[in-house]
Amino acid sequence: MNMIAPVTVDERLLEVCGLDKSFGPITACKGVSFQLRRGEILGIVGESGSGKTTLLRCISGQLQPSSGAVMFNSRRHGFGDVFGLSEQDRRRVSREEWGYVHQNPRDGLRMRASGGANVAEPLMMNGIRHYGEMRQRTLDWFARVELDTTRIDGRPRTFSGGMQQRLQIARNLIHNPSLVFMDEPTGGLDVSVQARLLDLMRMLVRDLGLAAIIVTHDIGVARLLADRLLVMKDGEVVEQGLTDQVLDDPQHGYTQLLVSSVLQI
Amino acid sequence: MTAPYAIIVKGLAKTFTLHNQGGAVVPVFANISLSVSAGECVVLSGASGVGKSTLLRAIYGNYLPSAGSVAIHHDGHHVDISQAPPHVTLAIRRRSMGYVSQFLRVIPRIATVALVMAPLLENGVDAAEARARAETMLATLNLPQRLWDLPPATFSGGEQQRVNIARVLVRDYPVLLLDEPTASLDAANRDTVIQLLNAARDRGTAMVGIFHDAAVRSAVATRLFEISRYAKAA
Amino acid sequence: MTARMTMASNRPRGTYNYAYLDEQTKRMIRRAILKAVAIPGYQAPFGSREMPVPYGWGTGGIQVTASIIGPDDVYKCIDQGADDTTNAVSIRRFFARVADVVTTEKTRDATIIQTRHRIPEAMLQPGQIMVYQVPLPEPLRHLEHRETETRAMHAYEEYGLKYLALYESVAAYGRIAGGADYPVLVDERYLMSPSPIPKFDNPKLHQSEALHLFGAGREKRIYAIPPYTDVRSLDFEDYPFDVQCWDEVCALCASAESYKDEVILDDAGNRMFVCSDSDYCADRRQAGHAGPMAGHALDQGGKPEPLA
Repeated sequence: MNMIAPVTVDERLLEVCGLDKSFGPITACKGVSFQLRRGEILGIVGESGSGKTTLLRCISGQLQPSSGAVMFNSRRHGFGDVFGLSEQDRRRVSREEWGYVHQNPRDGLRMRASGGANVAEPLMMNGIRHYGEMRQRTLDWFARVELDTTRIDGRPRTFSGGMQQRLQIARNLIHNPSLVFMDEPTGGLDVSVQARLLDLMRMLVRDLGLAAIIVTHDIGVARLLADRLLVMKDGEVVEQGLTDQVLDDPQHGYTQLLVSSVLQI
Repeated sequence: MTAPYAIIVKGLAKTFTLHNQGGAVVPVFANISLSVSAGECVVLSGASGVGKSTLLRAIYGNYLPSAGSVAIHHDGHHVDISQAPPHVTLAIRRRSMGYVSQFLRVIPRIATVALVMAPLLENGVDAAEARARAETMLATLNLPQRLWDLPPATFSGGEQQRVNIARVLVRDYPVLLLDEPTASLDAANRDTVIQLLNAARDRGTAMVGIFHDAAVRSAVATRLFEISRYAKAA
Repeated sequence: MTARMTMASNRPRGTYNYAYLDEQTKRMIRRAILKAVAIPGYQAPFGSREMPVPYGWGTGGIQVTASIIGPDDVYKCIDQGADDTTNAVSIRRFFARVADVVTTEKTRDATIIQTRHRIPEAMLQPGQIMVYQVPLPEPLRHLEHRETETRAMHAYEEYGLKYLALYESVAAYGRIAGGADYPVLVDERYLMSPSPIPKFDNPKLHQSEALHLFGAGREKRIYAIPPYTDVRSLDFEDYPFDVQCWDEVCALCASAESYKDEVILDDAGNRMFVCSDSDYCADRRQAGHAGPMAGHALDQGGKPEPLA
């Protein structure tokens, strides 16, 4: 029997409590609550209009909820409501501790800056002032996301969609975030490109021990990447649990419909 | 002093409700209680469709019971896997409970040897040792070396099944669940697997399995558990 | 050489108010100036007026000067360092007329020095005011087009983006290549564009004894560096800030320290380097310094018009 007392690490990373978001009379999210632990990957699935992207934007600090709290365990501020911070502090948390991967890489990249500058930018924003160090770390990350390092000074618009997405991923991981938000990260890419990107994402997230919240309408992506699933319909969470359990033994009618809609080829 | 049970199933029931088929209710079984100790190999028996796989999946946490509980001995105490939060279930599966499914279901595009190494790497075994043990296991199961660096999607049914077995048996799990692990194997490979299973059982693994082949069953089972009497009619 | 002093013009001001702008406008601009001085490097918005030259010709600097100038001031106006270029002459004459003010070419005699794209070589004294003409006051504009975002960046001190521009420069050229409008951090707080002065002049802003006022007419912003303020040019730890230098000395006065213009002399490719600051060069020549081309046909009491 192990007599050494385990070190208590606060494994809670994120806790969403009763989050509501309305736009006037339209309710986008209602009563959403869940916890996320360090290193856990949560998938949020649902059809378009289910509120999943709005939810993601609320929990990533971009959109103020109508009610409820988004508690995050910040390295700098400790465990507290993200919307209780000043805008300056919230922006800094977002910069230092989070990543946000957009569906369309054009939304998450500076198209007029070079690929290398895009990936180095989080370092510069977080106070690194040594060019050589930034350059080296950028080259390392190019290699890690399987981008050709000779293209480090090229503009993103000369990259293909899949390469742009790899660039966006590198840019969102280089600064060691504890939590990465992803909004349909492989949507809009063709199937083989998608597949390779998912492999990369899976490997990186595991290697880095990252927590991630991935919004997707693609059950296959959810099954591949997520430990847990949240199923959303009309702004509400209708089911949540372990990924394989939710997909193999769906309890709610909507989840059953979603799962049965996937073509089993 | 007796060792604690590895698996305690108590009053387990499972019924499926198909909301999109007019709320059709499909009962499977009810009131199953079963305790499994280390060193036992309990073979589930009963006609096809009676719920053997369902019970196995409920023990694994893949299916949610409609009633009852499933306790797994993990990290020194019993955890009810049907109520456990996902991260606990994943930890149980990583460390304490292996599951050989009937059909190979793996992450695509990953080489066979990497698939077999994965459970070892996840448990802190160093890469060189993990690879050596994986290769030994694959060789034991007569998977030709030329296949080791290929993803198994294009393998034959028998080859896929052996990959499935390899990636669970490569590691010593205190609990093993087996769903028709020898169904697609020829006689020689079947015997190899039987030997591996018996060795695991002799090491103290608690096993629950489904084997439709009577000969295999009699080679590995320490007792049978008949499901049919728990089956529920609609 | 005596300072050229002009008396109030013979032509009356006519119906224009003193210094051209009406009193309410001057008050509004002075409030913006006070705010700018109180927050060094911060861009204070102001209601830029219609001026007798179009946007792009110095209206910001002209409005700042017009708001602070009084009949006791001595006014100098330079363009690219020279007093006798077309625009400098034109603006100086404008203020001589509308502000009844004495004008000069001597840096040390001036109380207000309006400039486009240079700071004089002579060290500025307490009580002097530099007024800069600024085309684009927002140093982040090129990289971030949204005004809402750049305002937030200034408010939250999020200046990593400017380092992005420096990174791109090092990646492309192996060094931080910008020669003019080199970004500075004022009082370790606000990122500021010093206007398109050459980076050679940036160090003159640091702990200067004079007041520096920056006016952008088209963009409608005023900002300031009060005396004795820290001003630091941005750089990387491994690519530190450095200024331009020349192998040549001034052809006319032999100065090795001044900022020099290159003048093409003929179609054969002959060229000379002369001080950009005409007053500084004239002073040195008067003190007896002579450069390798002293006595040149072009050295006739003034400096040849620099190209571009």
